[in-house]
Formats: sequence, structure tokens, C-alpha cells
Amino acid sequence: MFSRYFKKIGIAEILLFLSVLVLVVVVAIPMLLIFWNALFVEGQFNVTDIIQVLSQKDTYEALKNSIIIAIGVTFFSTILGVFFAWLVSRTDLPLKSTMKLMFLVPFMLPSFIGALAWKILLSPRSGLLNKFIMNIFGLENSPFDIYSLWGIIAVESMYLFPFVFIQVSGALERMDPTLEESARISGANLFTITRRITLPLMLPSIAAGALLVALYSLAHFGVPAILGTEKGIYNIPTKIYEKIYASAGSFQAIRTGTVLSSILVISAGCILYLQSLVLKAGRFQVIAGKSMRPMLLKLRGLKMPLLIFSILYILITVVLPTVTIFLVGTLKTYGLTLTLENMTLKNIQYILFDWKLTKDAIWNSFYISLAAAFVTMIVGTLISYVIVKMKVRGKFILEFLGVLPFSVPGTVIALGVILMWSGKFGINLYNTAWIIFVAYIARYMAFSLKSNSAALEQVHDSLEEAARACGATHWQALRDIVIPLVKPGMVAAFFLIFLPALRELTTSVLLYGPTTRTIGVAIYTLNEDGETVYACTLASVALIIIIVGHSIIKRITRSGMEKVM
Amino acid sequence: MASVSLQNVSKHYGPHKIIEDLSITIPDGECFTFLGPSGCGKTVLLRLIAGFEQPNGGEIFIGNTLVSSIRKNIHIPPEKRNISVVFQDYAVWPHKTVYENIIYPLKIQKVHKEEAAQRTMAAIGDVNLNGLENRLPFQLSGGQQQRVALGRALVSRPEIMLLDEPLSNLDANLREEMRFEIKELQRNSGVTILYVTHDQEVALAISDRMAIIDNNGSIRQVGTPDEIHENPVDSFVFKFLGISNFIPVTYRDGGVYIDDSKVVLDYPISEKRISELQNDTMIAGCRPHDIRLVRDGTATKGVIKRMAYLGPIVDYRIESGGKEIRVQQDIQDVHDEERSGLIFQEGDVVGMKFLELRWFKSQDVEQERS
Repeated sequence: MFSRYFKKIGIAEILLFLSVLVLVVVVAIPMLLIFWNALFVEGQFNVTDIIQVLSQKDTYEALKNSIIIAIGVTFFSTILGVFFAWLVSRTDLPLKSTMKLMFLVPFMLPSFIGALAWKILLSPRSGLLNKFIMNIFGLENSPFDIYSLWGIIAVESMYLFPFVFIQVSGALERMDPTLEESARISGANLFTITRRITLPLMLPSIAAGALLVALYSLAHFGVPAILGTEKGIYNIPTKIYEKIYASAGSFQAIRTGTVLSSILVISAGCILYLQSLVLKAGRFQVIAGKSMRPMLLKLRGLKMPLLIFSILYILITVVLPTVTIFLVGTLKTYGLTLTLENMTLKNIQYILFDWKLTKDAIWNSFYISLAAAFVTMIVGTLISYVIVKMKVRGKFILEFLGVLPFSVPGTVIALGVILMWSGKFGINLYNTAWIIFVAYIARYMAFSLKSNSAALEQVHDSLEEAARACGATHWQALRDIVIPLVKPGMVAAFFLIFLPALRELTTSVLLYGPTTRTIGVAIYTLNEDGETVYACTLASVALIIIIVGHSIIKRITRSGMEKVM
Repeated sequence: MASVSLQNVSKHYGPHKIIEDLSITIPDGECFTFLGPSGCGKTVLLRLIAGFEQPNGGEIFIGNTLVSSIRKNIHIPPEKRNISVVFQDYAVWPHKTVYENIIYPLKIQKVHKEEAAQRTMAAIGDVNLNGLENRLPFQLSGGQQQRVALGRALVSRPEIMLLDEPLSNLDANLREEMRFEIKELQRNSGVTILYVTHDQEVALAISDRMAIIDNNGSIRQVGTPDEIHENPVDSFVFKFLGISNFIPVTYRDGGVYIDDSKVVLDYPISEKRISELQNDTMIAGCRPHDIRLVRDGTATKGVIKRMAYLGPIVDYRIESGGKEIRVQQDIQDVHDEERSGLIFQEGDVVGMKFLELRWFKSQDVEQERS
């Protein structure tokens, strides 16, 4: 009798149960708590309170700023992304492949470190670049003020445009060139073709990239936090942060936070929904599977000017800020001129070995990210396996839960985690590293699911069934066939989580306690406290780790691919 | 070795019925083919026998063991059924070498190391892969990968081997070669083979017996290839086994005509058939080879619409009595000295002598088409 029941609960049911459990505890309940707290006051459904929260001046200002910034950033990122994508895939620009790589570099740079650099360069009074320009032209007033909506929009656009660039250049390369060729045969010139054929065909890719930028920018913390708060410019995430910190976690602050978070989640959901619609609509047969040689526009006289323009763009947006961070990070005191005798490598030694605050931060970031990446990778593999490969009843619950992490911004996750793990439900993780660990799992689950389900979809069902037919049990088939085949995907997922987690700011800034600063938080708070030099030193260390990490990923994923393909 | 028996098996996905109430028994050691159009549920049938799917009704036996029965709550998992499967896409594991692929079933069965190695090498020999043991699948051609899959299926000495269109991804020459190899392997090992395909040529060549399955997942006819080819039970089976002509025929004023035209059908008709023709609209079925083209004026008249020279045969589309008829003539026949000059050109008027006709009721044929 009992054994029959036991048989019914097979590996499929166990895996499904575990996956659902993790997603429910880590993602769904925190989210529900946010909505619950936004809608209910002392157990009573209450909408008037929401209206009251939204009609406060600082809340709707934050809302307005978030929208303005998102629109601006989306606009400029789209223009930059489309232009550069077209330049490297459809013209005879020299050094194209190098330029293509260079345009992807801003992706690796944490935007709040970029913001830090631009603050040093363009702050109205002491900005290095501002002073330099004032000296040359003998100006009375500084020409640029980075502490403004424009400044925030400019800096975010610099680091977010690769979202559009990747989408559009990918689509341009896969587009069937016969579509353009047939237009050309019909007598259209290249300008007409670009306007009437290429651009409309690219619209879905452009829109998908733009929506991604909008999603990211709407919920972005780092840049507005560094450039906006100085002049009282808040967006939703920085407002939530300010409220919660100013009031040390009072009920009213949490409530405002949950209302704003709900708005973020709903808009993110709408954006993702729009994106799926756009991508679905764009699935007419424009994209051929193989990459073919499209016709290239001859730039002729514009060749050199456009190349110089692109190189200048990279120099200004990537090289200049990075160099600034590295140089300022070695200064003996902030404000000294950048000459050799004012520089010292002692700063690096100091933050790496002597100063407890930065030492702790580096150590915290390392082990929390490592643990979170590992757990998220394993759980993500399990969940993707159930979603992609299994036929079990109740799978749709998992599919729904699996989409959730994609639409939840970092600030919202932090708030949800606070609501869930600050003792209300018996476990108090507040001010410990655990709460950051849990939040990271929720934050990066989407990456893991994406990477792992892509890898699993490559593994045809019959490979696993063949093992079963050879006499292998389900576990043996998983161990011998499925896991070895998805290992490259799992490793990629691990690094895709580990590296961003290492420099994470948005979530951890709401969760850190006295001893649990992360690298991102340490850079941010050092900057807030006026320790600009040490902020830069720590940022340099972070940048070095990131660059090394990315080259490791590249090597691993490449060799992994070669083996299996 | 073992027999396979399906009793009143049905399978549906939601409201979608794939197989309804299907029963068949395949005796031990037979090479049995399920032949049917794509989407007829034949792959599902194989997956039911393998245990990858559970039937919604009925029972499946392998040998004397009941392996699937929803009523008795029995479902023996695939790994315990002592079967092996060759998949349409081969399912050769890309991270294992040829040797590792083939030895895997023995490793799982914990066969002693030396014996396992010996049997693996023997299987590699059986499928002619000697010398390729250490290659990874991406270094192999399609045919070689196919043989890895076959070797892997054979090495464990299963009681039953299930093959799901294993030849459909190969080119014509290789397909023919593998067809013989599979047959040969089966003769040597005595394993029961269940083969699923939509390719009637392979089915006719390989099977001891075969079953024709229609689009609703029902068996239309079971028999030896010869029986089925020569005596198809209905127009569906007839049509499925090769190119076929269906010519509507009417009986008027003591004569037999194509459809309602004035073209006379040149074929001897028995009294019994005439009475059938008087009661029912009948359709005459024939293969392109069942017609001989002549210049003789008394044969059924037609006009050549299209002519294609295909090497050993010449293929014609002939219009006669408002119908199009496919005719194929062997090149030896048309070069026959006595009947020389029998290659016709488009636009020529020809005579058709029908050598063999099969008769179907019109409404049955119409039903197949709808």
C-alpha cells in the first residue's frame, strides 16, 4: 500500500516541489508582502492611503523624475545604439570588429562607478574637466553641471546604450540580405532602402532594446544616487532609499516604499509585456538563420571622420572615466593636481590590507556573491529543468513564478526581503549577510533561469530518453547525460551572477548593516562621506576584478561551446 | 527475446485523441513495421511501448509481463523494460566518444569490465565502426552516427528493439545500405524489432509483417509486405503503398466509360462487376505500371500532357476523359524492337491498355480524401 503511494511521488514531483518552494520563499512571498503592505493598513483594505502617499510632493516628484529620466535615457540610448550598430554592421568603417568590442565595454562598467568618475570630472565647482575648460577659454562659470537631470540622463545613456546596440547589431547581421538586394534591383537607392526596408524590418529589435533600457533606467539606483541627491533630485529607487534611511525603517517609510515599489513592479510588468508583444510581432521571416554577407554602405569621405568620432566617443565615455577613477584613486588627498608626486600606491595597500571597512566590504562581496551565485546556479538549473524538460502537473505555476524575477527591480527585492526577513515571520536576518544573500538569489534568479533554460533547450529530449532506454534510471540519466551537457550553461550562469553580484549596489544599499557593507555599498558610502579618493581606489580594485572576471568567462564559455558543438 | 502485445490501447493528449482502442500482437523474433503517414500516432505508439508515455486505457505486455495498465496502476519505467530504442535523431550523446556511447548500457547494467569491453568491441564491429572508437559524434557523418545509435541499441542484447524512422535523415544510398544492415543484424541476433516509418519502401523491404496505420491512429491492415502490397483492403492502404491512379468509372448503354465522358475503359469486366457498377459509382485503382501504352486505336484514348524521362523509366501524365492518369513505362519495354518507337511526346494521342485494376466504392475513396 505504502509503496504504491511512494512510487507516485517520483523524482519529478520532488524536483517540482523544491523548485516551487524556493521561488515562493525567495521571490513570490516578498513580492506579495509588498503589495499587501501597499494595499492594506492594519489588515484593512485601504486605497485612500495610497492616494495620500502619491499626492505628497516628494513622492510624485520622484515619480516624475523617474519617468523623465527613463524617457530621456531610452531616447538617447536608442539613437546611440542604432547608429553605432548600423555603423559597425552595415558600413565599411575601418577597424569594425575592434570597434564592435569597444562598444560593448560600457556594459561591463558599473554605471555608478561611471557616475563617480563624471562627478569628479564635471561637478560644477571642482570638476576637473570643468576647470580645464574654464582655464582654456577663460570662462567665469563652469560650462557643465553634472548634478542635474541632464547629467543623470547623459551618464545613464552612456552605460545603457549597449542594450540597444546588441539587439540591433545582432538583428542586422542575421537579416536576410536578399530583402535589401531585391529592393535595390527594383531601383531603390541605398538611402531609400535604409529608410523604407531596413529600418522598418529592424523596428522590433530596436523596440525590444529600447524597452530593456527603459526597464533598467526606471528602476536604476546608482547614477541618480550619486549625481541627483546632492541637488535634491530623486527618482523612485533613491526616494525609497532616502525614506527608509531617514526614518530608520519606520512604518510610514516602509509604506511609502511599498507603494512606490508596487508602481515600479507594475510598470516593469507592463514594459516586459510590451516587449514580448513587440518580439512576437517581429517574427516575420526577416531573419535568416545563418549570417550572410550584407551589402555595405561605402562611407567614402565620411570614413575617417566617422571613425574618429567613434574613437572619440569611446575615449570620452569609457577611457576617460576609467582613467580618472584609477588616477584619482592614487591621490594623496582629494583636490591635489594629478601629478606624479601627488600620487601613491599606498592607497591600494591601505584599502586592501589595513582599513577594516574596505577589507570587510571586499570580503563580504566575495563570499556573499560566491555563495549566492552557486546556490542560484544550482536552483536555476533545477527550475529550468522542470520548466523545459518535465511533464508534470502543476508546471504552469512554476512557469509563472519563473517569469517573476525578470520583472522585479533590485530596490523592490530589497524591500520585499526586509518585509519578509526582519523578524515578522520568526526569522530575523536584518543586518546580517544572510539577508543580502537571500536578496541576491532573488535578484539574479532571472539570469540563471535564462542561461540554464537556453542550455537545456539545446539538449534534445531524446538524449535523455536514450539513456533511459539503455537502462539508466532518471537520476543516472541526469548525472551521466543532462548535467555534463548543460555544464557550460551552468558555468556561464555562475559567472553571469557572480560578477554583477560582486559590484551590486541597488539591493545591498538598502540591506547593509554596520559590518555587512559590500564593495558597491562601500564605494557609495565613501563617496557620500567625502572620501572621494578612497572611493576611487576601491572602484579601481573593483574594475580590475571585473575585467579579469570577464576575460575568464569569455575563455570558459568559448571552450565549453567548442566541446559540445 | 520477447513478444509484444497491445490490448485495447488508447492515448490522448487532452481532447486530442491519438490512438483509440488499438490491439495487436507481435510474436517473438519478428521484424514488424508500423507504416503510416506523419502525424498518425505511430511514434506515440513506440513511446508507449518504450514506456516514455503512459496509455490512457488498455494494457501493454512485453513477453508475459504487464508493463502498462492505467487500470491496475502499473507503469514499469523504460529502464526496466529490457528494450532498446533507436531515435529518429539518433540521440548519440555529443560528449561521449563512440566507444563510451556504446558501452554505456553495459556500464549501467554493471556488466563485468572485461566482458563489457569485449561486447562493446563486438558491437562496434557489428555496425562497421572499427577504428572510429575514440571519435566524438561531431567528427562522424550522419550514417556513422546512426550506426553508433544502432550499436548502442544492440550491445545490451535487448529483447525488443524499437526503431523510430532511423533512416529518414540519411541519403538514398546510405538508407538502402542501412536497411540491409538492420535486417542482417536482426537475423543474427533474433531480437524482436518494432520499426516505425512513413516510408513504404523501407517498410516493404525490411518487415516480416507490417501494419498500416491511418490518420486516426487505427490499424487498417496487418500482413506480410507481399500480402499488403498485392491485396490492399481499401483505397487508403492502396494509396499509401505507392503512386496510384483513382479513375471514376460508369456503366452506360452496355459500355464502361471513364467518369461521364465518352472514353471507353479498355479492360475486361466480369458480369459480377457490371452488376456492381450498375448499383454503385465505382472507382478503378491502378499503379502507373499497371498500364501499357500502345499506338493501337482500340485501347483507351488519352493525350500526353507531360512526359519526364527518369532514366530506367519514363513517366507520363495523360489526360483521358477529363481525368489525369499517371503512367510509367520501363525503358526496356519502350525500346523493345517489336514495339519500337513507344516513347511518346507531349501532345501525342496514345492508347492505354489496363493490365490490372482494383475496384473501390466511390464513397469510400471520397471519405479518405476528406
